[in-house]
Amino acid sequence: MATDLFTVLPECAAARSVRISFNGVEKRVVPGTTVAAALLGAGESRLRASPVSGDSRAPYCMMGVCFECLVEIDGVPNRQSCLIPVAEGMTIRSQEGRVQLDAKEAVSHE
Amino acid sequence: MDYKSDIIVIGGGLVGAACTYGLLKQGLNVALLDEGDIAFRASRGNFGLVWVQGKGYGTPQYAKWSLGSSRLWPTFAADLLAETGVNVELQQNGGFHFCLTQEEFDDRAHRLQSLRDAVGEDYRYEMLHQAELRERLPGVGPQVYGASYSPMDGHVNPLKLFHAMHLACDKRGAIYKVERRVQTVTHADGIYTVQSAGDTWQAPRLLLTAGLGNKDLAAQVGLHAPVKPNQGQVLVGERVQPFLKHPTIFVRQTDEGTIQIGDSLEDMGLDDTTRTDVLARIAQRAIICFPQLAGLNLIRSWAALRVMSPDGFPIYQESSTHPGAFVATCHSGVTLAAAHALRLAPWIAGGHKPAALDVFAGDRFLDPNREFNNGH
Repeated sequence: MATDLFTVLPECAAARSVRISFNGVEKRVVPGTTVAAALLGAGESRLRASPVSGDSRAPYCMMGVCFECLVEIDGVPNRQSCLIPVAEGMTIRSQEGRVQLDAKEAVSHE
Repeated sequence: MDYKSDIIVIGGGLVGAACTYGLLKQGLNVALLDEGDIAFRASRGNFGLVWVQGKGYGTPQYAKWSLGSSRLWPTFAADLLAETGVNVELQQNGGFHFCLTQEEFDDRAHRLQSLRDAVGEDYRYEMLHQAELRERLPGVGPQVYGASYSPMDGHVNPLKLFHAMHLACDKRGAIYKVERRVQTVTHADGIYTVQSAGDTWQAPRLLLTAGLGNKDLAAQVGLHAPVKPNQGQVLVGERVQPFLKHPTIFVRQTDEGTIQIGDSLEDMGLDDTTRTDVLARIAQRAIICFPQLAGLNLIRSWAALRVMSPDGFPIYQESSTHPGAFVATCHSGVTLAAAHALRLAPWIAGGHKPAALDVFAGDRFLDPNREFNNGH
């Protein structure tokens, strides 16, 4: 497995000051980057499963077009991690297939 | 370069592709000329319904034409799958048209009764009050007064349809060229000549399927196709677990889980840009229909331009002054794709004109004593 596909530059690696968690594992990442870049830099390349085929997926376009980088951030599903700046304390989970719409939303509007 | 074929088709959208596919099946050699990515493409912006109920009020021939196409659709989809391997995801399990108020419900009941009286018992539908609707379609919100349901209705994946038809045309040997905007058509000695991007095409037959471009092109070959743009905006949501098994007039869910929400209806000229106030109203209405959509992430929105005739119905005609020149244009390129490929194309290829099409001649708009309202 090509775990070294992406390498954080040495001068940046020294500044891994932001703490996040990915699927329950704490990571320290570089500030000022996107969630997708942070996760790739931390060696995480499987961010989701396709809701159609179930196959593993990794960030691809890194510019908001392809939707391959979807993750759940702080409980909100299907977020484009390549467009969201990484922030201290973020709880990130891989996006495993399709979301179940919340029936509570239905109740709150009745 | 010079190209010769049996027919030149101008416009490679859903109508042009369906007709080209049908013409190829009739054994014709077809040249299909298309514009580029900056063209106004209703074919890439539509909602994907294969829809019958409610269409053709006052013109039952249109209701019958739509119903006939929906019945040809299973064969058409099977043909495309066999020829291309592309499954266009046709589902014809019935569709719902929501009525948010009693007034809308009563109007709807009147409209559909009138259509059934004109079309016959084949025209099947039910009017459902709220309790029955919510039993049939779980998740419908309490502010929806009722709905009409028709087992005649369904939906497809319109982008897969577009792809499949182009692939089928390619496999059957169509000469397909993009970036070939056509502005002038000439006719001499029984041959139509078209020039674009330095190339020349010649054929004894010509079919105009250029959407909004038909208006100017038709006039050059003695045809009348006074179509105008009508803007529709739609929203696309994330893929979610299946919750909606039937297409509805405002919301549908694809078999891959995507939610599509429509739509607006505005005269905006050739403006195909979205506006947030319009999108907000579309979203609000969808949430009234299905309150759980309030939690849906939206991923995309767009506007596209419908191709509308003054009465909303199609225009199909062969020119009386320019033999062999035809125009075919309509708003419902998805619903009618099967009829265009399997019934319209054989006529354009030289066969008998289906009698059902007489009412759709573009000349109807030249009658100074008739007034037209959009009855689509």
